[in-house]
Amino acid sequence: MQQFIELIRQPWPWYVAGPLIGLTVPTLLLIGNKSFGISSSLRHICAACFPANISFFKYDWKKEIWNLVFVLGVFFGGMIATNFMENPNAFQLSENTMADLRALGIQDFSGLMPADLFSMEALFSLKGFIFFVLGGFMVGFGTRYAGGCTSGHAIMGLSNLQVPSLIATCCFMVGGFTMTHLLMPFIFKLF
Amino acid sequence: MSFQQVSPPIEQDEQPFACEAPNDMAQPESWVSNIKYLIVGVLFGIVFVKAEIISWFRIQEMFRLQSFHMYGVIGSAVVVGMISVFLIKKFNIKTLSGETVQFHPKKFQRGQIYGGLIFGLGWAITGACPGPLFAQIGSGYMAVIVTLLSAVAGTWAYGYFRDKLPN
Repeated sequence: MQQFIELIRQPWPWYVAGPLIGLTVPTLLLIGNKSFGISSSLRHICAACFPANISFFKYDWKKEIWNLVFVLGVFFGGMIATNFMENPNAFQLSENTMADLRALGIQDFSGLMPADLFSMEALFSLKGFIFFVLGGFMVGFGTRYAGGCTSGHAIMGLSNLQVPSLIATCCFMVGGFTMTHLLMPFIFKLF
Repeated sequence: MSFQQVSPPIEQDEQPFACEAPNDMAQPESWVSNIKYLIVGVLFGIVFVKAEIISWFRIQEMFRLQSFHMYGVIGSAVVVGMISVFLIKKFNIKTLSGETVQFHPKKFQRGQIYGGLIFGLGWAITGACPGPLFAQIGSGYMAVIVTLLSAVAGTWAYGYFRDKLPN
């Protein structure tokens, strides 16, 4: 038992985590005929809180409430894993990534998120504006424009062999590479 | 107008609305049944944190091609998903309440390119897709609440400008 707890507390390798994430697809389909997708929850929040008579938000969001319950679960899951299944060892990041990020000005590699960027202090600065407000806006706007995110397109869509999802997934990657390699060096020069 | 609602279309090729996660359950569900989705969400959130894929650093590692981890996670998730969907279709596996599992063919729209690129830019900068955002907040990264609110604002802005955008 002690060994099992030790194992659980270690970071899980991709070949354990990936298949578990993949199993979400049949689980949701079989327990309630639900297609897997998370960015829809953002739309349901809009529909429930500020529909503003926009036709895009005029639908029966209560029928989709399972999606909001699901993301509430993801929130609690994050809480449980962080508080009760915490990794006893330091976060291991690839040496090359550390060197690259150090060159950009990131110094703190202790947590899952860089404290240099994702702290409450950074919130009301240009850094905060770019990393939280602008970044978040692009995530919300982009996923809805694309009709799904990594869960809806990359996992559910590809599982169902949908070509539009493959196109969307490729564009997600192209956008990410562009930001990381072409834009980020300039962004980090701003502060 | 209301008479159109009387007979629902037998088969809907197009999704009733552009939602990638529709509820296809025909039978009404009680409030209690939501506990199922809560539990799946909790397990999903735990995997997110334990695989460290909610980490901004891991996303950077992925886009810098300096680790296989994220590719392994997404790749093996897709393979397991594909096999499951194949088996459900092949053996016509029914849901717990005995319904036929519904799949939705997706139609190509230019938005998948434009929106995909915009999401990709945001993914690299925030280090999160919509799912991990909720897990990050649960993990205690309170500043991410702002990212989430901003993502909701982005979704709302898309709804507002939808008719003016090339789709």
